[in-house]
Amino acid sequence: MTGRIKGKRNLSVALAALTALVAAITLACGPDSLEIPIETPITPKLDVSPFQRVLVAGFVAGGSEDVDANQETVRLLRSQLRTKSQLKVIDADVMPLLDIVQEQAKTAIAPVEEPVIVRENVPTPGGQGSNGGSASGGNPAAGGGAPMALPKVIKEEKDLEPYERLFANTAYWKKIGEEYQNPLIVTGTVLFVPHTTSGFVQRDQEVMDNFGRRSVRPVRTYMERKGFILRPKFVFIDGRTGATMYSESYREEVLYSSQQDTPALSSYFELMDRLIPNFLSALSNQKVKGTRVLLK
Amino acid sequence: MNVRSSLVITLASVGLLVSALPARADARGDAKAQVAFGIDVAQRGLWREAIYRWEKAVEIDPGYAAAFNDLAVAYEHEGELQKARKAYDKALELDPNNTEIRQNYELFKEINDRTNQGKAKS
Repeated sequence: MTGRIKGKRNLSVALAALTALVAAITLACGPDSLEIPIETPITPKLDVSPFQRVLVAGFVAGGSEDVDANQETVRLLRSQLRTKSQLKVIDADVMPLLDIVQEQAKTAIAPVEEPVIVRENVPTPGGQGSNGGSASGGNPAAGGGAPMALPKVIKEEKDLEPYERLFANTAYWKKIGEEYQNPLIVTGTVLFVPHTTSGFVQRDQEVMDNFGRRSVRPVRTYMERKGFILRPKFVFIDGRTGATMYSESYREEVLYSSQQDTPALSSYFELMDRLIPNFLSALSNQKVKGTRVLLK
Repeated sequence: MNVRSSLVITLASVGLLVSALPARADARGDAKAQVAFGIDVAQRGLWREAIYRWEKAVEIDPGYAAAFNDLAVAYEHEGELQKARKAYDKALELDPNNTEIRQNYELFKEINDRTNQGKAKS
């Protein structure tokens, strides 16, 4: 009887010792991974050291009539640059580039003898043709190549194409640069259009089994959705020479269920919010915040 | 066989198993110590010291995927993106099915591609 009790006690001691050993090892090792916040510094894509000032001139904009994409984009970029770049932002009237190009095109096709200018097309970093130093009398419509019909209203992307030549017109931008003491000029195009789509959407649905346990399962449902597409192209021009230094294009879209009524302006800001870090990283040092997993 | 002798046999077996592990285990142990120290200092924001520790860890044990992963994260934090890519590549080469390394790499790639895209255009 005493022997059996002693044996049981030994077993208990041995088990307790083993449990303590396992617990000690587990504690010493800790978890195998750890999530940690990091900030990745991004060097600017452009060397803006020759500039002290930046002029966000204006944009050739179109699409939804509910948002004045030119005004809103200029306002937003100026406020971002004021707080997040070293450059001094020039407060100037927003240039109605669409009207300016159309006005200049009218002058160009008027029966006044225009000098014929032969241009050599040189690809620019931004991927467009450039008129390397050719004079065009500061006429934005005379950006290069054969004249193209200018749509009065911009509804879709192809409507913007004839206006793109404006950015290759070095003489015009040089003139603007001289007016503002040679700043870095930011311009481009902005298309903000309503968009509807329908199709199968995967979403998580909470389901309950026979035992009353809840779980989440992906469910595919057919939905009609509406929203907006934002397609900005930012063009950075050297105000001293009028030449394009760099350009970049983006596309962002947002979709809501068809019952949801989201104002166009708030969708515009939602989409621009996603692009702003990319825009700023062209000009100034940025830090991209994120998390990574460290492993043992 | 009583309980005491069973326990002795078990512990003896564990001892034999541990001593039978290859000499590489020592290297891994040393590297693990460096990695753990690196994690500790990184949590306190001392990323340069963490890099030093993790560089030592991969030097001691060049087959240690976790050390390469941590080193890549630290390089990323310091803006040394080319070095980060190399370290992630090595970590994935050593442990291609590790979802955490892959997830880190995907997040890194997003930033790195964006930066390279800009540089290619300018």
